[in-house]
Amino acid sequence: MSQAVASQSDSHSDTSAVHVEDLHKSYGSLDVLKGVSLDAHDGDVISIIGSSGSGKSTFLRCINLLELPSAGKITIAGEAVKFKPPKKGEMQAADAKQIQRLRTNLGMVFQSFNLWRHMTVLQNVTEAPIHVLGMNKAEAIEKGEAMLHRVGLYDKRDQYPAFLSGGQQQRAAIARALAIEPQAMLFDEPTSALDPELVSEVLKVIRSIADEGRTMILVTHEMAFARDVSSHVIFLDEGRVEEEGAPDKVFNNSSSERFRAFVKSVR
Amino acid sequence: MVWDWLPVYLPRFVEGLWITIKLFSLSIFFGFALAIPIGLVQVAGPKWLGYIAHGFCTLFRGTPLLIQLWLLYYGLGSVFPYYPGLRESFIWPILVEAFPYAIVAFSLSVAAYEGHVMKGAFQSVPKGELEAGRAFGMSGFTLLWRVWLPRALQNVLPTLAGEAVLTLKSVPLASTITIFGVYGVGSIVRQDTYRTYEPLLFVGFIYICITGLIVVLFRWLENRVPSESQM
Repeated sequence: MSQAVASQSDSHSDTSAVHVEDLHKSYGSLDVLKGVSLDAHDGDVISIIGSSGSGKSTFLRCINLLELPSAGKITIAGEAVKFKPPKKGEMQAADAKQIQRLRTNLGMVFQSFNLWRHMTVLQNVTEAPIHVLGMNKAEAIEKGEAMLHRVGLYDKRDQYPAFLSGGQQQRAAIARALAIEPQAMLFDEPTSALDPELVSEVLKVIRSIADEGRTMILVTHEMAFARDVSSHVIFLDEGRVEEEGAPDKVFNNSSSERFRAFVKSVR
Repeated sequence: MVWDWLPVYLPRFVEGLWITIKLFSLSIFFGFALAIPIGLVQVAGPKWLGYIAHGFCTLFRGTPLLIQLWLLYYGLGSVFPYYPGLRESFIWPILVEAFPYAIVAFSLSVAAYEGHVMKGAFQSVPKGELEAGRAFGMSGFTLLWRVWLPRALQNVLPTLAGEAVLTLKSVPLASTITIFGVYGVGSIVRQDTYRTYEPLLFVGFIYICITGLIVVLFRWLENRVPSESQM
């Protein structure tokens, strides 16, 4: 772990939307994450890059507990996630209600969209506000339609996901995540499942969200995009933070041999 | 062909039709209400509960409904009178009726068949969609009610329609325990008038009408949401 992370976690304050400390995750004898930390303050755009198998998706999924870490601390919106002692190498969530509540602070966008296919686009967007947050229906629909305007899908609001292109589905999924007004957005390789010609429309939407000052944690393979849009870049290698910092610093003069090799390989 | 008996027996057929429909719809209702947890525990529940559910499905799908019906009505039904205090209790009037036995037997049968179908249906819902529900803070119940169950049902509606029709066509078995649905009334006509084929044809006609109704109902349900195969 690098020096920068350690000093960041010391200055951890309430403005921190997501704070992760020394996260470990193993599957049996396979250690996927070997102590990764991250601190996302309000307005930060943090990109996590690395080759496949480096543990970056696992790390993101641990943040909202879709995967249970083996050890470490997670704080969301200033509230520490409560854990019980580990069972079978996984920490157990101590309070299911707490997890459900904390998850509504995190808007997750998946690689394979994961829209609910029995609902229209608008129903997808209003589902969590109505049935999780308890917002009234008219208000949720009004907000949902505004979100769909934002991602350019208002005219598709009554379509079912299966009738949309991959790019449109991912934009709908972004609108769905925005609709819960999260403290931070989590993107898990949002363009990896898309045909090349559809990537740019999704990146454009993500960029516009970053520009409005939203806190984002983004796992991506789009190196140029990460460099462009991020305030902070983390390079994961074999479950460890091999390099991190401001994108200009990291991409221009990294001392890490492995990082330079990685950047070369993806170009 | 002679149909002069029809006006005479028509009122009884109407009664029989009501009984058939009542037995059918109550069995589907209770059976399906049981099928959901039976399917679910095999996919998501504790292991021992899954084994019990699986065993139940195997047992009831593997034996004839007629035998289940008789074992319940003639077997269990003849044990009850010797059970101390039962004759005096408030449920005794129910236990001497044949209809409740038929409802129980048919519901268990529906539960076993549809429970097996629902197991596959729950399994067929993509994991990612469930994960998305969890990621958005849904509780287990909300996830089941809003995503898992409707998504599972969408995948198996055509299968369920077929199973419902099969259940309907099992209803004549209830005539063997003195429940006179349309088939039972048809038998009465045969005994009274010595006409065999006309009443049977008429009973068949009524069944095909109900089947048609069920098919239309399920088609309407299917069209409310485009199914995956249409996409």
